[in-house]
Amino acid sequence: MAAVEKDAVSLGVTKPVMSPDLIVQVPPGVPAEEMSYQEAIREALREEMMRDPSVFLLGEDIGKHGGAFGVTRTLYDQFGPERVRNTPISENTIAGTAIGAALVGMRPVAEIMFVDFSGLAIDQIANQAAKLRFMTGGQCKVPMVVRMPQGGGAGKSTAAQHSQSLEVWYAHIPGLKVVFPSTPYDAKGLLKAAIRDDNPVVFLEQKFLYSFRGLVPKEDYVLPIGKCDIKRQGTDVTVVASGYMVWHAMAAAKLLEPEGISVEVVDVRTISPLDEDTIGQSVRKTGRAVVVAEAVRSYGPASEWAMVIIEQAFDYLKAPIVRLTGRFSPVPFADSIEKGFWPDTDDVVQAIRKVMAY
Amino acid sequence: MDVSKDMMLEMYRRMVRIREFELAAIDLFKRGMVKGAIHAYIGQEASGVGVCMALRKDDLIAGTHRSHGHNIAKGADTKKMMAEILGKETGYCKGRGGSMHIAAFETGSLGALAVVGAGIPIAVGAALAFKMRGEDRVAVPFTGDAGCNTGNWHEGLNMASIWDLPVVFVLENNQYGVSTRITNSCKIEDLSLRAQSYGIPGVRVDGFDVLAVYQAAKEAVERARRGEGPTLLVTESYRFEGHYAGEPEVYRDRAEVQEWRKKDPIPRFRKYLLDNGVATESEVAAIEAEIKQEIAEAVKFAQESPQPDPATAMDYIYA
Repeated sequence: MAAVEKDAVSLGVTKPVMSPDLIVQVPPGVPAEEMSYQEAIREALREEMMRDPSVFLLGEDIGKHGGAFGVTRTLYDQFGPERVRNTPISENTIAGTAIGAALVGMRPVAEIMFVDFSGLAIDQIANQAAKLRFMTGGQCKVPMVVRMPQGGGAGKSTAAQHSQSLEVWYAHIPGLKVVFPSTPYDAKGLLKAAIRDDNPVVFLEQKFLYSFRGLVPKEDYVLPIGKCDIKRQGTDVTVVASGYMVWHAMAAAKLLEPEGISVEVVDVRTISPLDEDTIGQSVRKTGRAVVVAEAVRSYGPASEWAMVIIEQAFDYLKAPIVRLTGRFSPVPFADSIEKGFWPDTDDVVQAIRKVMAY
Repeated sequence: MDVSKDMMLEMYRRMVRIREFELAAIDLFKRGMVKGAIHAYIGQEASGVGVCMALRKDDLIAGTHRSHGHNIAKGADTKKMMAEILGKETGYCKGRGGSMHIAAFETGSLGALAVVGAGIPIAVGAALAFKMRGEDRVAVPFTGDAGCNTGNWHEGLNMASIWDLPVVFVLENNQYGVSTRITNSCKIEDLSLRAQSYGIPGVRVDGFDVLAVYQAAKEAVERARRGEGPTLLVTESYRFEGHYAGEPEVYRDRAEVQEWRKKDPIPRFRKYLLDNGVATESEVAAIEAEIKQEIAEAVKFAQESPQPDPATAMDYIYA
């Protein structure tokens, strides 16, 4: 288990709180195997490539090398250089090539090495892929996926140009779907759904989660894009979170259990289109909300979720919403200033206590 | 050159169709009936027609903000084109695109992308799919001269060349990117030399001469179809109108424009057809009359068509 959280120590809790059993998604009795988030993504790619000959991969160093994070490792040996296609360092043309192939009936899955590099591809993704169907009056569809690792992790970040969380760049564009799984189970089921979707899907992978393990069913399954997932039911407070922040929310919920605080955790595993109803419904039930995102504060995803809560549950709120986010700064390198950059379990615990005490 | 009379008359018909279509669109624009802008292709008709006559219907073109001509050259219907310019539900894009995004998928298109150079990678991707599936189809992205300074263009030529993809990159040098003369934005005067960096053939042709363009395009298309890879085809012509209709053109002299207008590809090809006994005066006059009639009907159709129903404003965002 990669993440034995130091946050637990700061809370005076000595046991590791980030264990796979924090999030259990496969019911007992269903044939399943334990795998990492990274392996789950790879298995989704493998199964979809076996199922559908129109699925192929393209990106920088994804062949023998297996990509910067090893996600596509072994796929080159199985499917060869045509379908696991190494490209030059040309992010815009990687994305554009995927669009062109998608327009004529392929289902390409492009990998951009880090979401930070996707600025170079943003015209093709946001201006071309997202708008082609609309501006041609429905004459075409663009069934493609762009996979992009994003985010950081305390003590693990790689500074300002390799650690950002940029989901709002894409969530702000109508015509794109933006998916951000938090667990191996979700990663596999959502990636398979993304590949089968007839729209351009930006599929974000939280880098720190690659080594997180969990049970994944052996049978073929897809998860719905466009829905939040309630990772934990509760009655006192709703924590809305995505990606790695879901784990902090789950850990906080567990830590607060002995105090009799019942926390509901809503995982926004599809960033866009946003499932506003599930968020609204949950807060109307609990009357308290904490929104947690790894992305920086201003104009971030957490702000959007808070606004949904205001629109859908204002009259039910017993306390002001608390917003936890990354600091509005480029991601720093040195540990001393990286510390505190992202919300952690401790922050979520304190935020929950704050809304409970209001 | 082995070009039949029928084919030459069809080339002439399409060139005249583009010209008349755009003159009518500009007229509507000047009467305040067209939103946005009209980026006219007037003067460049021989380029689009010469290229598209060398293509099959199942070959695909990628257009730009200046693609009325490319669509018509590929065989698009002028009624649906004019309706699109007027933002009507009966237009090719159901009024969602307008002049800059007209794309007739039914006659072989990958869309008209109005960010300069954006169609290049998209055509490369279509060509990659053709090659992976063993199809002998060709993808043809059009770009103006200014497009050859974009990252899209260089990345796209590079990617198509390393994979030997069936693409013919048509670079239509009309001498200006908006107001900037190409000689002020490229160090080299012969843009086809840029092909050398990518190890592919670069061909430069008189873009006012439809037969010369056709011949060069045919060779490039056949090469691509044989699986021998992409070609850069530079067609040299001139944009007779401003960047858009009604643009003040403060950056160039009227005398310069008048000088270039003497090279007008349509009277030139008309004269060729008559001088070489390909067609009689009455045959070409009949084509001209037929097109004038067609365009008048297209305008009428467009004007009488309805705008999209407001209830459909959210349609076509997601499939």
